Amino acid sequence: MSAISMKVNGKAVCGAVEPRTLLVQFLRENLGLTGTHVGCDTSQCGACVVHVNGTAIKSCTALAVACDGAEVTTVEGLAKNGKLHPMQEAFREHHGLQCGFCTPGMLMAAVDLVNRKGKTLDEETIRHELEGNICRCTGYHNIVKAIQAGAENM
Amino acid sequence: MDTGIGARVRRKEDHRFITGKGQYTDDINLKDQTYAYFVRSPHAHATIKSIKEPEWAPEDGVVAVFTGEHVAEDKIGGLICGWMIHSKDGSPMKAGPHPILAQGKARYVGDHVAVVIAETKEQAKAAAARVDVTYGVLPHVVDVAKATKSKAQIHDVAPDNTVFEWSLGDKAATEAAFQRAHHVTKLDLVNNRLIPNAMEPRAAIGSYDSGSDHYTLYTTSQNPHVARLVISAFHGLAPEHKLRVIAPDVGGGFGSKIFIYAEEVVCVWASKRIGGRPIKWTAERTESFLADAHGRDHVTHAELAMDKDGHILGLKCHTLASMGAYLSTFASCVPTYLYATLLSGQYAIPAIYAEVDAIYTNTAPVDAYRGAGRPEATYLVERIVETAAREMKIDPAEFRRRNFVTSFPHQTPVIMTYDAGDYDASLKKALEIADYKGFPARKAAAAKQGKLRGIGFANYIEACGIAPSAAVGSLGAGVGLWESAEVRVNPVGTIEVLTGSHSHGQGHETTFAQLVSDRLGVDINSVAIVHGDTDKVQFGMGTYGSRSGAVGMSAISKALDKVEAKARKIAAHVMEAAEGDIEFKNGSFSVKGTDKKMAFGEVALAAYVAHKFPTSEIEPGLKETAFYDPSNFTFPAGCHICEVEIDTETGVTEIVSWTAVDDFGTVINPMIVEGQVHGGITQGIGQALTEGCVYDSESGQLLTGSYMDYCMPRATDVPSFKLGFTETKCPSNPLGMKGCGEAGAIAAPAAVMNAMTDALGVKDLAMPASPHTVWKTLQATKMAAE
Ligand code: FES
Ligand code: FES
Repeated sequence: MSAISMKVNGKAVCGAVEPRTLLVQFLRENLGLTGTHVGCDTSQCGACVVHVNGTAIKSCTALAVACDGAEVTTVEGLAKNGKLHPMQEAFREHHGLQCGFCTPGMLMAAVDLVNRKGKTLDEETIRHELEGNICRCTGYHNIVKAIQAGAENM
Repeated sequence: MDTGIGARVRRKEDHRFITGKGQYTDDINLKDQTYAYFVRSPHAHATIKSIKEPEWAPEDGVVAVFTGEHVAEDKIGGLICGWMIHSKDGSPMKAGPHPILAQGKARYVGDHVAVVIAETKEQAKAAAARVDVTYGVLPHVVDVAKATKSKAQIHDVAPDNTVFEWSLGDKAATEAAFQRAHHVTKLDLVNNRLIPNAMEPRAAIGSYDSGSDHYTLYTTSQNPHVARLVISAFHGLAPEHKLRVIAPDVGGGFGSKIFIYAEEVVCVWASKRIGGRPIKWTAERTESFLADAHGRDHVTHAELAMDKDGHILGLKCHTLASMGAYLSTFASCVPTYLYATLLSGQYAIPAIYAEVDAIYTNTAPVDAYRGAGRPEATYLVERIVETAAREMKIDPAEFRRRNFVTSFPHQTPVIMTYDAGDYDASLKKALEIADYKGFPARKAAAAKQGKLRGIGFANYIEACGIAPSAAVGSLGAGVGLWESAEVRVNPVGTIEVLTGSHSHGQGHETTFAQLVSDRLGVDINSVAIVHGDTDKVQFGMGTYGSRSGAVGMSAISKALDKVEAKARKIAAHVMEAAEGDIEFKNGSFSVKGTDKKMAFGEVALAAYVAHKFPTSEIEPGLKETAFYDPSNFTFPAGCHICEVEIDTETGVTEIVSWTAVDDFGTVINPMIVEGQVHGGITQGIGQALTEGCVYDSESGQLLTGSYMDYCMPRATDVPSFKLGFTETKCPSNPLGMKGCGEAGAIAAPAAVMNAMTDALGVKDLAMPASPHTVWKTLQATKMAAE
């Protein structure tokens, strides 16, 4: 067991983990932050995307110990002071989710996309940038619309 | 803001999902919980000679290991198939035993052989790898087309691996129609096997409370009450009042979460065995690939007979349908009553004859997957109709128009009575939206870029909201297919609706509340929809077959009728007026010709205070229940038009345009309905272009067991869609709804493949039409031309 500490959604947290514990396990099991999901075992679905030091990563593919000292944001940390993040608003407004399982990862990937590519995004760019996120419900149509709108409002 | 029927109300459930507060089964943890990991067969077909545990050390954390022997000791019954099909010769289908842990034999790679229960997930998994199973490998067969002649004998009860040989329709009349034919079109089709892949993997937590001798099961289910019924009545675990099944937030189902699976039964059964500690199991994605029920897997030969003007005279087909290694919960009705009954499509076909052989293979069980039988029917009908039009050199739109059913009700030769529709209206609208007239110019422009452009239609019809119960019972169903609803009005006028439908992405918390808001004139935010818990909702049949609107909401509507009727009575007493003079509009009761008025909430309060009406005549309180059994199936139908461009150098296909015009009858929330259509089309495009489950015939191994090998459609694989709606009300339910959940998945594969065969100028092309498949076709065409 190794002791680790990090800042998750602005709060200092610590815990003891095995060397093989994944970041997503630490978030879900140690911290009870179950908004971050696990949809696969080959790092391909993106349900687990969180931000580590401001960049989107797949938390199923990062060891918790490797994130010792990092700043982590999960979907639970997107809304600030009870106010939804513009990307969350946009997903609701444009019906960018159905079962909601892929949604946390989609949201975190979308915010990261805007951080990297700016607020004006065309459809092609958005579709291309979503290559690491699978949604089985929406057919992506409304996710693309939501991200476009959310980006403008960020 | 309008929140009634037809309004684009934003979803009430979204807040918890976008803030990470959804509660899916794996998000739930019970005190003192243990973890299960299943030992699965590495062989496609093998006897189990022995199962040995090593000496466990305390640090292994192993709580228990259970096998089929323990299951037998406790007399826990096997998994069942709830729909009886009889063969042509009258013999009942041949269902082999399906124990929740294998007994004596494993029949597919991934079959559940034993379970290890340990303190942590990691320990359970590590220990499972150390359970020593000795197998005696047997011959296997994974290919449905080879299974009847194979050396593999999968179940003793089923010689030649044949479950049933079933037929529907009038053989003699159909043969006679073919005798008269001017032209016959023949087509061989494979409906490729799919793996459903809801993004939330299946999961379960079973727990037993010895204090009250009561079991609880949390599970990823589309129909928790059916799960409770089956676990109680067939597995014999506990009577229904001693078993609570909760299906909390469920991350997509698409059919795959209808069925009762071994893993959930094992978790709830084994909890008692380990002294009542809860047992949690969450599938890894690999297990979802191996052990979720798969979909489709048909091999079909079909023929269509026409007169000289292109009027269809008859259709006949023979289909081999893989059932996998065991009959899953509803497996037998999918390639029969959900398939052959739709072979008339949107067309007036005088004679139809279909033969379906259901076959065991050493593969995961096959059962309903989005559309369930109806995509297979539409694929057959729309591919052969398009091919016939091309062969007879008739415009495919015109060919369809000539054959449309135009008067209703229409009795097809394959059981169904279509109750309402206007197929020409959908076609016309789709042609406009798709700019059909402009296609030749677009094709020419594409050709200049070195691309082959093609256009394809799919004029699908489906049957949803399967009912009435007596009719499905006569066809072999083991259950009734009604739905229940309870409307509880609280004293302050807020409302809880308890429904037997289950939402796993469909947005019931919003659409069902819209209905209540519309009917009672109350704020949508004072309505809560309760579902997914057998302790709260009395009974229900769950959600599948696009039934929640047509059947589930109709039940709510019936209960609302009763609430309104009682509220009228109470309002009459309170306002001292005759009941006949009470009017109810926009959420308030008024007395005709006076200014006397009571808001709905005031009447609710009066109902509970019960001071102002004779309780000997009217019971206090305001709560009503309804069980609704529809009078017929519903028949959503529409026209999808797909345009593709194929890169001749690489074989890569791009879907450049998609038009969908659907007739779903009454639409409660267009935003949600559009979302259902988008998702369905994308799954259908997946089937046509990217997805295909492959078992290696030599080894029997699943070759597509991860997202690296099974190609899910991603955002770049699909376009944005152009949607339109036409509306004919369904006369068979009070709301006029038809259902929308499966339409896209039903229409899309045929539309894509018709477009691709048009672009390539070929008759046959296999799904999934990957770039490699297309490239090979292009090379073959080139060689033939040279
Ligand atoms: S869980 Fe699928 S990519 Fe991380
Ligand atoms: S909303 Fe269900 S997987 Fe995306």
